[in-house]
Parts: sequence; structure tokens; C-alpha cells
Amino acid sequence: MYDVVIIGAGITGCAVARYLSRYKGRFLVVEREEDVCCGTTKANSAIVHAGHDAKNGSNMAKYNVKGSEMYPALAKELDFPYEQNASLVICLSEEDRPRLEALYENGVKNGVKGLEIIDAKRLHELEPNVTDDAVGALYAPTGGIVCPFLANIALAENANTNGVEFRFNTEVTEVSRAEAGTAAGNASDADEPHWVIQTNKGAIDTKYVVNAAGVYADVFHNMVSEKKIHITPRRGDYCLLDHSTEGFVKHTVFQLPGKFGKGVLVTPTVHGNTLVGPTAIDIEDKEGVNTTAEGLDALISKAGNAVKNLPIREVITSFAGLRAHEDGHDFIIGEPDDAAGFFDCAGIESPGLSSAPAIGLDVADRIAGKLNLKENPDFVATRKGFIDPKTLSLEERNELIKKEPAYGQIICRCEMVTEGQIIDAIRRPIGAKSLDGVKRRVRAGMGRCQAGFCSPRVMEILARELNVPLESITKSGGDSKIIVGYAKDSI
Amino acid sequence: MENYNIVIIGGGPAGLAAAVSAYDAGERSILVLERDVNLGGILNQCIHNGFGLHTFKEELTGPEYAQRFIDELKERKIEYRLNTMVLDISKDKVVTACSKEDGVTQIQAKAVILTMGCRERSRGSLNIPGFRPAGVFSAGTAQRLVNIEGYMPGRRVVILGSGDIGLIMARRMTLEGAKVLVCAEIMPYSGGLKRNIVQCLDDFGIPLKLSHTVVDIQGKDRVEGVTIAEVDSRMKPIPGTEEHYDCDTLLLSVGLIPENELSRGMGVELSPVHKGPVVNESLQTSIPGVFAAGNVLHVHDLVDYVSEEAKAAGKNAAAYVRGELKEDESGEIPVKFEGGPRYTVPETIDPSQVKDQLTIRYRVGSVMRDRKVNLYLDGERVLSRPRKVMAPGEMEEVLLTRKMLDEHPNLKSIEIKVEDS
Repeated sequence: MYDVVIIGAGITGCAVARYLSRYKGRFLVVEREEDVCCGTTKANSAIVHAGHDAKNGSNMAKYNVKGSEMYPALAKELDFPYEQNASLVICLSEEDRPRLEALYENGVKNGVKGLEIIDAKRLHELEPNVTDDAVGALYAPTGGIVCPFLANIALAENANTNGVEFRFNTEVTEVSRAEAGTAAGNASDADEPHWVIQTNKGAIDTKYVVNAAGVYADVFHNMVSEKKIHITPRRGDYCLLDHSTEGFVKHTVFQLPGKFGKGVLVTPTVHGNTLVGPTAIDIEDKEGVNTTAEGLDALISKAGNAVKNLPIREVITSFAGLRAHEDGHDFIIGEPDDAAGFFDCAGIESPGLSSAPAIGLDVADRIAGKLNLKENPDFVATRKGFIDPKTLSLEERNELIKKEPAYGQIICRCEMVTEGQIIDAIRRPIGAKSLDGVKRRVRAGMGRCQAGFCSPRVMEILARELNVPLESITKSGGDSKIIVGYAKDSI
Repeated sequence: MENYNIVIIGGGPAGLAAAVSAYDAGERSILVLERDVNLGGILNQCIHNGFGLHTFKEELTGPEYAQRFIDELKERKIEYRLNTMVLDISKDKVVTACSKEDGVTQIQAKAVILTMGCRERSRGSLNIPGFRPAGVFSAGTAQRLVNIEGYMPGRRVVILGSGDIGLIMARRMTLEGAKVLVCAEIMPYSGGLKRNIVQCLDDFGIPLKLSHTVVDIQGKDRVEGVTIAEVDSRMKPIPGTEEHYDCDTLLLSVGLIPENELSRGMGVELSPVHKGPVVNESLQTSIPGVFAAGNVLHVHDLVDYVSEEAKAAGKNAAAYVRGELKEDESGEIPVKFEGGPRYTVPETIDPSQVKDQLTIRYRVGSVMRDRKVNLYLDGERVLSRPRKVMAPGEMEEVLLTRKMLDEHPNLKSIEIKVEDS
């Protein structure tokens, strides 16, 4: 019998797992995909909001501000890239100014520190590429940028180090209540009522369920509660620009919703790219991560309202992500009245990435309290990130190569990723199994040629390290095989 | 720190030819740095024939063509290092490279020849909408998987773009047992060589749809289908012209980009048109002692021209090391052009530096028929060459001779005009 089973290995599920691992217990994360970070967490703005947007008094406001405060220390502890680059909400017309002031007031009420309304002159000193039409901005010094992949992976690795189990390619099909003595999942200690989670790989018994299933959270919630919730996948299209645009903006530049509608953001990423997006299109398909021409056109034109001379020709990829938008537009955190022991983390749309550490901490502590879990005396709070030889001095780098020659072999020429990094990405406990898994961990294939040159090499390394035939290597698990057979095999 | 007179960045066709020619010009301190496991660059995966017609007067495959130069390099015992990635080149020509065996090393060069080649434009750079499943390959990646590794990247194939690699892969995939359904090209003309259209598409009954592009990619895990549509004169898809293809693979052959991240890093001035370094008649970049040749300079259609250009770069680099090449900008006359060319290589010419003759290469921006290419020195026409057809997919050249220059002392203007016949 598990104490807690978490459905979903996105950043929310993994944050809950990581903070639960501070306690003694049997914890399991089940994930439908082949890896962590395959849903909403992998395709978003990669920013940590300061916390001025969410309505005062909402869960979003509470967890966002707390999460944003937790990020700097957490990023050090778990060694993932995070940078407090500060954000600007720019106001494009005088008539919108009252809204800017209202946003400031809301932020102050939410407890966001250091907020300031700045005039156009200061704004253009901070960001010369912001449009001349901007009349002022809300400056938030605690706004940040983060690598969502590595934050998610770091939380998962650390949870795993501290004893949390992970099962991938495991899709939950049903969640139901079981009476005492009726263990469906072979638990020997099912002498109390508990939950049974049916999956494509058998049933699992658990005392607590955490529903961190992103756009599917309503499906699981509605299996156990009469108080129905409804999540709409809200698609956001993005364009990612090459490193060559580094410095185009230094801050995360939002547009104040107003004259030109909601606007899109233009932000640097922690890896030196520029990210533009998202659109906001409500769709039906919970798998509908396809970009559309209209969406991409709209976001490029909207970005043009905020910044001058956007170097859009430097685009290296576009992608779409789905936010789990619940009808009530707030995070649903906690147990439904009619389903004790089933803990929702539902409706986690923006600012979900920003809020994840705070949600994880809160949910873990609340469950631990209910289950009376003891502290885990062996808890290791830190985790070492992947080595990036680029950041080492020449001497350090040579020492590393001497010890591990694979760190001297560049595989991905665009991002200068070495074989050593790729091997590390694969061999870690929650290791990469696919090209995308490698890409999210160490950035091979993330650059301007978009894996054109390195994918055959990375496939070879994956096949060798995992001891599987090369033709079984996938882009991202499932049926996403890269090659379909041998030359002339059909002739 | 090690010292070499000439360090050549890249051991593909350009780097090999540059090395051999620098050696033959008397230089002995030469080092070629190659990031791959073999010399020869992308030629190793070009197993079709048609290489070397100009250079060797015979039809070779890519690996055979490369081998001739590799043999020449080895006969001369020119030093090279494989699996060695250049990380950085400083303005002062300190080359920082990295390999398993040697770790990170620094080499002080007197002259550097940039021969890094080019890369393929990816799906992302075109912002093609749709899902992002497995099965979308650049044509060159598919070529490597098939020709070097012996794998099939797919069974039912749509090709976007009619660049030469895409055309070659249409034939290759067909020969390996795949069904190539269509080749869509967004421009109203092909980006590849005429002979490749005939030999790789027409001969296999593969339709070429000009003024068409991909507007959607379906399939969540693996490509399941592709929708193409006709585009208008602004290259925007025309609603109602969509055609769906059931396929498992989309190959992209949508353009090549000179790979100049190292050049940019060292501060070499780049052309916004051909995306390679701006060079003078000696193929010297804006940094004295730094030369460029081959596809890193501008994308070529035939490897023969790459070799020829790189030979000149190698010879000039050797002259630079001996102190026989002038270093300043004085005497440089910009090559002007009108009526067709999008750029010229070289961009500027100092007549005093031209020995016997100089090839000026360019590409046109659209298909042109029945034109004359005229070369003017100080307004006087010194050369007139009729051209029946010129297309953006094929490189053009004009030969400027010593004799022409001698007949125009104190030259002020060099101009190429494409004019009506």
C-alpha cells in the first residue's frame, strides 16, 4: 500500500513528490508519458511571475507570491537555471494607465515586493527595444526566468534520490474508493478504506491520491467527486528565437491588457534565447498541441505592438502548449468534500510554474499532517545539476575531459553539448530515454539546426547506453520512432 | 599554446582543397581541424554520382571526389585532427578547439581559413504550423540515415522544397523502397539544378508542385499526414487549395545557411544577402589574414566550384603568411551589379592584387531568360556573354582577366549588368 500516489510527473506532481520525500512513507508518481515534463510544463513561457497579476485573495495569488519567493533558494538547492531578471508590464496608451495603477495596487496587496510604476524614459533606458509608444510600465524586480524542464527534472531526481518511485508509460484509467480488506493492487496491508488506481499496467492501492494531471485533472476529479469541475485546454503558441538575439530584451516584457487586447510577452530565456508568446485559444482536444498559421501570425503581430524590430527571422522553432484552464479560473488545491484522501492540484494554468514549489510544499505538508508521517531523517535536500563544460574555466574543463574524455566530444554543435553530458542525462536515475528527453536535459538538438546534425549521433548514444537497437529509439516515447526499418527492406 | 602558420577550420571539400593549395604554394605549417570522424565533410553521405565533371572531367560519387583530395592531403603529409570541434576563434587568430584526446587546446595561427560549410534550414525556421511528431527530417539528416547508417527514415514521403539535397533524396528514397508522393516548392521555380529535377523527379514520376507549401503537419507521435496548399504572389497560402497527403515522413530541403557562428564570434563582417563573410579579391574577410571559401562563404551549387574557390583561398593565405598580401583596404573597388545578381563574391576587388584572372560569382534572384551578362570597367563594356536561362538555383560567374585590368589603369568602377539580349 502506498501512502501517496501522485498522478502526473509535471512540475506540480514532482514538486509534491519532492516535498513529500522529506517525510517517511511510500510514495509513487505515475506518468502516462515516457518521461517527466511532457505536458503543460514543457511548453510555456518559462517565467516565474512576480505575482501581481492574480486576483488578490485567490489561490493563484497566494501560491504565486510564495512560489516566486521560494525559487531563488530552490534553484540553488537543486542546481537548475533560474535568474531574477525582473519584469516589465508595459502600458501602451494613456487611457490604459488606470489599469496599470490597478495592477500595481493588486500586486502590493498580494505582497509582491519592490513594485514600482516607471515612466517612459526609465522604461526605454531599461529596454531600448520597447516600442516608443509605451507610456510607462510596472516594474517588478522579483520577476524571474527559469528552465521549466530542468526545474521539473531536478525536483523529480531529488524526489527519487529520497525514495519516491516513478512509473512511466503508466496511464491511469480509473480512480475509485475501495473498502477495507479489498486490495486490488496486491497490497498486503489493505485493512482500511483506501483508493484503487487502475492503470494500463495494473492496479495500485494507496491511502492518498494527488491529482496533478494537468489538462486531465478534471477527468480524475470527476471520477471521485460529485462536485464536477471542467478544464478547457487553452492553447498557447510560441516562437523561440536563436541565441543570436541574446540581449534583445533583458527583462520579461509583458503588455498590459488594454487597447490591443491581451498581448503577448517577449522574454529572454535562461539559455540566452528570446521567447515570444503565447496566444490563448480555447480548444476541445486535450492533446491539441499543434500550432496554427493564424496563431503564429497573431503572436508575431502582437509582439510587434510591444517591441521594435523583433528579429523574427531568427526563429528556430515554434511550439504550442496547453494551459489547464478551469472554469472558475483559480487553482483547485485540496480535497473535495465528498472525496477525502483525494487531493486535487487542478486548474494549474499560469502562474502554475511560478507556484509549483509553493503548491508542492503546501500539499505535501497537508497530506503528511493527515497521514501523520514522520520526518525522513535521511532526506537529502540538494541535487547536482548536469555539468555544462561551457561554464567551466579552461583548466577545469581539461581536468574534466582527462577524467571523462566523453566531455571532450562535442555532439550538438549548435549548443556545444558533449557526449559526456548526454551520457549523464541517460544514466541518471530518472534518465532520458528519447531524443526529446536528452534535449530537455542537456539541450542537444535545442539549437538553431534543430537536431539536424546531432540526432543520428544522439540516437547512437541512446541505443548504446540503453542497450537497445537503434531502430527502437524514439523522439518522445510511444509511437514516435525515428526510423522505420532498413534501406531496401521492402524491395 | 601551439603555433601554426595556417589553421583551416573544417576538413570538407573546401578545407581539403585549401590545405593542398596552401601546401603547393610553399607553406608547410598547416593544420586542418575537422569536427567529424572522417575528412570529407558532407560529401561522405552524397553517394550519388555527378561530382567532379569540371575538376576531373569524370563523374565521381561524393566519397570518391572527397577521397581524391584526402589522398592529396595525405601525400603531402598535411596535419589534420579529427573529432575536433573549434569552440572559438579570437580576433588575434587564437583558435580554441576541443577533443576527447587533447581536451581544450589553443592554437595561435598566422592565417585562418574558414571552411565550415553550411547547414540546412529547419522546420522551425520556416514556422511551419502543425504538430511536432517524429518523421520530420531535413533532407540531409535523412540522407545520412539512409546512406551512412542504412536505415529507412520513412515509407511514404512528402518533400518540401526543391533544393538539390531534397531532389537527390526523392530519388534515393524511391530507390530504397519508399514512395515519394510529391515535392512542393513555395517559389514559382525550383531551387535546385535542372539536371536534378529531370533525373530525380521526372524520371521517377514524382510531381513537382511549384508555388506550393506545407500548411499543416498531422500526427502526434509520428507524422500521419501533411497538407499542402498553393501560395499567392506574396507566398501566402490560398484558402481552398489545400491537398492532403497520407504519409509518415516530411523531408525538408528549404535552403542552406552558411554556418558562420565562429566568424561572427571573431568579428568578421558578414553579408546580409549570402550570409557569409564579406570578402575581397583574395577571399580575405574584414579581418586581415582570415580567409573564407566554400559554402561557409556562399552556398554553391557544384562542389567543383567550392574546390576552385578554396584553392584560391589556400594560395592567398600562404601569400599572406609570407607577407606578400596587402593588409589594408586601399585600392579596393566595390563590385557593382544591376539587373539580376543578388550579390557578388568577392564584394570588392583591388586590381593590383589580381594575378592572371579572377572569377566573380553571383546568383540571380529569379528565373531570367535570354539575357546578356555584361561586365563594365569604368563604364566600358569589356565582356558580354549571352545567357539563355539563369535561375536562382544555379551559380553564375564572370571572368575578370589581368588583360582587361591592364587596359584600364586607374580603374574606378567595376560593374556587372544583366541586360536584355
